[in-house]
Amino acid sequence: MPPFLSGDIMKPIGLYLHIPFCNGKCPYCDFYSVNPESKKVKAYVDAICREIDKADRIYNTVYFGGGTPSLIGSDNIAKIMSHVKRTPNCEVTLECNPSDTGAISSTFDFSVVAKSGINRMSMGLQSADDAERKILGRRGSCKDVERAISRAKNAGINNISLDLILGIPYQTKESLEKSIEFCKNSGAKHVSAYILKIEEGTPFYRIKDTLPVPDEDETSDLYLSAVELLGKRGYHQYEISNFSEKGYESRHNLKYWLCEEYLGIGASAHSFVNGKRFYYERSIDDFIGGNSPVDDGFGGDEEEYIMLVLRLSEGLIFKSFENRFGKSVSEKTIKKARELEKHGLLKVDDNSISLTVQGFLVSNSVICSLIE
Amino acid sequence: MAVSKDKIRNFCIIAHIDHGKSTLADRLLEKTKSVALRDMTAQLLDKMDLERERGITIKAHAVKLNYVAEDGEEYVLNLIDTPGHVDFNYEVSRSLAACEGAVLIVDASQGVEAQTLANTYLALDHDLELVPVINKIDLPSADPDRVAAEVEDVIGLDCSEAPRVSAKTGLNIEQVLEKIVKDVPPPEANDDLPLRALIFDSVYDSYKGVIVYVRVKEGRIKPGDTMRMMATGAEFTVVETGYMRATIPEPCKELTAGEVGYITASIKTVGDARVGDTVTTVENPASEPLPGYRKVNPMVFCGVYPADGADYENLRDALEKLQLNDAALTFEPETSGALGFGFRCGFLGLLHLEIIQERLEREYDLDLVTTIPSVVYKINLTDGTMIEIDNPTHYPDPATIASCEEPFTDAHIYSPAEYVGTIMDLCQDRRGIFKNMDYITPERVDIHYELPLNEIIYDFFDSLKSRTRGYASFDYEIKDYRKSNLVKLDVLLNGDVVDALSFIIHSEKAYSKARKIAEKLKENIPRQMFEIPIQIGIGGKIIARETVKAMRKDVLAKCYGGDITRKKKLLEKQKEGKKRMRHFGTVEVPQEAFMAVLKLDDND
Repeated sequence: MPPFLSGDIMKPIGLYLHIPFCNGKCPYCDFYSVNPESKKVKAYVDAICREIDKADRIYNTVYFGGGTPSLIGSDNIAKIMSHVKRTPNCEVTLECNPSDTGAISSTFDFSVVAKSGINRMSMGLQSADDAERKILGRRGSCKDVERAISRAKNAGINNISLDLILGIPYQTKESLEKSIEFCKNSGAKHVSAYILKIEEGTPFYRIKDTLPVPDEDETSDLYLSAVELLGKRGYHQYEISNFSEKGYESRHNLKYWLCEEYLGIGASAHSFVNGKRFYYERSIDDFIGGNSPVDDGFGGDEEEYIMLVLRLSEGLIFKSFENRFGKSVSEKTIKKARELEKHGLLKVDDNSISLTVQGFLVSNSVICSLIE
Repeated sequence: MAVSKDKIRNFCIIAHIDHGKSTLADRLLEKTKSVALRDMTAQLLDKMDLERERGITIKAHAVKLNYVAEDGEEYVLNLIDTPGHVDFNYEVSRSLAACEGAVLIVDASQGVEAQTLANTYLALDHDLELVPVINKIDLPSADPDRVAAEVEDVIGLDCSEAPRVSAKTGLNIEQVLEKIVKDVPPPEANDDLPLRALIFDSVYDSYKGVIVYVRVKEGRIKPGDTMRMMATGAEFTVVETGYMRATIPEPCKELTAGEVGYITASIKTVGDARVGDTVTTVENPASEPLPGYRKVNPMVFCGVYPADGADYENLRDALEKLQLNDAALTFEPETSGALGFGFRCGFLGLLHLEIIQERLEREYDLDLVTTIPSVVYKINLTDGTMIEIDNPTHYPDPATIASCEEPFTDAHIYSPAEYVGTIMDLCQDRRGIFKNMDYITPERVDIHYELPLNEIIYDFFDSLKSRTRGYASFDYEIKDYRKSNLVKLDVLLNGDVVDALSFIIHSEKAYSKARKIAEKLKENIPRQMFEIPIQIGIGGKIIARETVKAMRKDVLAKCYGGDITRKKKLLEKQKEGKKRMRHFGTVEVPQEAFMAVLKLDDND
């Protein structure tokens, strides 16, 4: 019996749906994606529906990620949604590429997806500077993003999230401010700002030595500026790379960081259900063919929990830890934290340990020394 | 089957490093058919990988050869190989004491070098008959006539009949064997006296226990006898006696006076079969042990710590095993605030230290951290007492010190005359006191300096080699202790003294050394979560300072669609990396940083 069929099946969990199709590969992206052939897309959508039916769970958050989920067209999205059992206030996010949802695409209709239950839209702006967008290989211009947002709003989808990238070649504090300004003006409720990481196997990796990316100090300054500038415009930081207006935090993504349960369906999608982690292989054909997910061991232990919650601004709340594990956070961890507090990397009080913005920048090292 | 005593020849080969000692030994093995050609690997006697790699012999080995000489008689030749480095003079002396003669090899192009002389004097101290051999005559630069004249001139050894050979090509090797038979006297041996056998080497074997290599001087020993080590008093029942053949041991019924062979007796306890001891029997004990074995005093000390604290016991076992084969190695437990539990080890010199460290790492698979080596200082306190310090950590409060003394050496450097200037610069820089300079030949000089030992234990030999393109050779012996103006340098990381990095240095050199250390540490300590001040101080006074800037960015910005495993693996990797670091308070220092400070030399 697949692990996700066991456990308390009445408890609502998160659902991640991976749609691995893209019209081209951005040079920095190492997510799993392939070109959409209509036959493949149809088979894939059917396989997604099949797996959703098989799991037979109820969801309180749903997230279409990719790839470019919008690429499969609004009808396919509506078809998948018809298989998803949801709680009444379920958050349903769709990642979109503006160029597939503007005038360019004839297969995408915002009103159709809105009607199917999508109530949150996440779009990869990356930068409002068209020169920077070009370097990142983004198709289309900022205008397309504006147009897509207004169409989404017209269809009744007001909860909009935009992605920004920090550390783009030639990026400056000024151009970053312009991008943040764009987010505010377009009415986005949520902004994710990721530091560009040159991943192995990407086109950027092959030219990394000649790529004029800002250096470690400049990138760090860009990050600190982003936190400050976003804050000024009402986007408070709630995770290392995530910012939102009050009440618009991504409920689905919070599940990852709070070590809560989610089921991932689709090629390369990861799951954490009933204490077990598992994932589907990075192969569309295997997924369509019905291969079972691969066991990835147990998850959600103390160490993993600490590692994840420390990504959040609220940090490690002692009470929550005690409720979950039936014991207190170790003295050793708290002692370590107090040492690091002296260096301004985190805050410790009677209730929690939380990283400062400075601490977020070196969070790998900080977390590592806390759970040592 | 025992051979007549007058057909036994016990000899060793002595030479300056690289003059072809091991190659000649191989050739002798081959000529006497002691080893089938197919079993020959280059330099058979150098059994350790390390020896073969470095081209030096670290430990003595012995082998029994049978040779039918031109006179038609069959002789037994016991070849005892000797180590070839200045650090191992004691091992050389033990091997020499087991012989009646020594083959002295001199390179036909390089001539007499520092260790040629040093070893010659050692051999003469042991009343050995010297057989000079001019080697490498196949080289284009060979000048055997000149070198023969040099040997006669400098050493006073008649070279008119000295074999001129090429150990490499095998040319004239029979002449060497004939000379050994003719010139080396047979042992004076009496089988009827109580047993006295010299242990000149021993090897730990996991099946047989300690294999004790001996030269029987008087008496006899056979399996079943109860042997007694005269220094330690330990007693064992002999299990096996035998001869060392080139590739396998050959058990025999008994070993008798004049013979060289091995004994096994299920000796398991380290330290019971101390190299240098005399073996006798309980049944018929000798009254006096054999004379002539110097007690070796280690001259260089350093702390040796396991990188992983859990390996402490393994390190102890390994040191115990190495000590069995190496009488010169000493160790005792010590604790460092920075490095945890480890051992203070004593070595003959820096090469000896490096070899032990490498053997521990290779043969015993240990990861080690070693501290900066130190010599033994004598500190006279204001209360009139004197203490000896081999560990900077024990350096007393400067206010209580009346005066310090450090060991000085008598050092001889042999070099082509053109390098005299640069050699004198080096010695001057190392606080050397010039004594005199002799021209051995118009082109070669013997420069005599008195040098503080602590100036030569770090990298003197390397500097000398690089300044003279490898042509100079060097030999030294400890002379005396002299008053000196010493200070202790402390390294502070993030305000805390790192005890393992402290060391004692002459005050004139403290400032420049402190600056170099600070720079090296800065280069080798990776950026960490916060800024780390590096300070070098004498007492409370900081004389050099550097800062390792804080790391700015170390973050996994995105959590890949719930792929926690990926992030977790990254952290695991990071944690793994931290394990290899040394922790000083909140500062992490990689092993390389220690090594960098340790290896500071002229060019840095």
